[in-house]
Amino acid sequence: MNVHRRLFGDVAPGERLPALVRRLTDTDVALGAAAARDWRPMHHDHTHAVERAGARAIFMSTPNQAAWLERYVTDWTGPTGRLGRMSYRMSGLLCSGDEMTVNGVVEDVERDEQGCGWARVRITVTVDEAAVTTCTVRVALPVDETDNPWARKGAAWCP
Amino acid sequence: MPVPDDVAALLGVVQYEVDSEVTVERGAVLTSCASTENANPLFWDAATAAELTGRAVAPPSTMSVWMRPHRWAPGRTGTVEPLQAHYDLKDRFGYSEAVVADVTIVFHDVIHEGDRLRTRQVVRSIGEPKVTSLGEGRFWVVDLEYLRGDDDLVGTETYTMFAYGSVR
Repeated sequence: MNVHRRLFGDVAPGERLPALVRRLTDTDVALGAAAARDWRPMHHDHTHAVERAGARAIFMSTPNQAAWLERYVTDWTGPTGRLGRMSYRMSGLLCSGDEMTVNGVVEDVERDEQGCGWARVRITVTVDEAAVTTCTVRVALPVDETDNPWARKGAAWCP
Repeated sequence: MPVPDDVAALLGVVQYEVDSEVTVERGAVLTSCASTENANPLFWDAATAAELTGRAVAPPSTMSVWMRPHRWAPGRTGTVEPLQAHYDLKDRFGYSEAVVADVTIVFHDVIHEGDRLRTRQVVRSIGEPKVTSLGEGRFWVVDLEYLRGDDDLVGTETYTMFAYGSVR
């Protein structure tokens, strides 16, 4: 399968990742929660979400946010990009009906002592221009055409 | 208000070490990818998986998918919560609500289809009462460690939770 594979040398601090924009639907939220095996009612029951949780509508689950963030980063890296670490803070909700906009920028790049190439990407998820989730992802990229971050194990993998 | 002694005694203690009820499997992997329209060929294309990881793998972000208990199982009474150490604290302090404030996930090893993971929970810290926009409550931090086989560490999730509302 011919898919772009971004190399470590292609990346520099300040590079902006393409924006991802999506109008979230009830199906997006409920499917995401089901895929995460998260059956809590605020992710599928509108009445519960509004009247008990105080939300505008059902809202995206925490693990489904992680899945969206992974997809956003690996859309950019291609399949050889391997996540090492992800930290995210949620200051608001991603509700059904919201238009979610995801933006990212490369904050730093480094080669670790094992020779693995890393990019640190800062991601902001906004709704109506207000940040609802901020995230930092440390993702490994191949340092050349023969390198494969997925093959690293044990001491050679320092996420 | 200081943390009660019986609660403080839980800090750093391994709790709820359990084998997952589910095995990492392709249907659930693709459902996760479909939920985010994730077209990464590593998960959809066998040749790409063979080249990069030797065999089929799961997206790293699905790690928590493989530890959540079934909603129902024969003989089970009540609901089993996936992060029980957090719910224990919420109940002990009597808070009615809780939110995840932030999460850090570290991916130590690849998750392959067919894996069956084991998890354990460790309370790392419990804060003093604090007032936020949600009301008065407490923050606490719980680690969820994912293991395979002979304690091979697959990953860790560190949850900072804020519990609040109607202390009973």
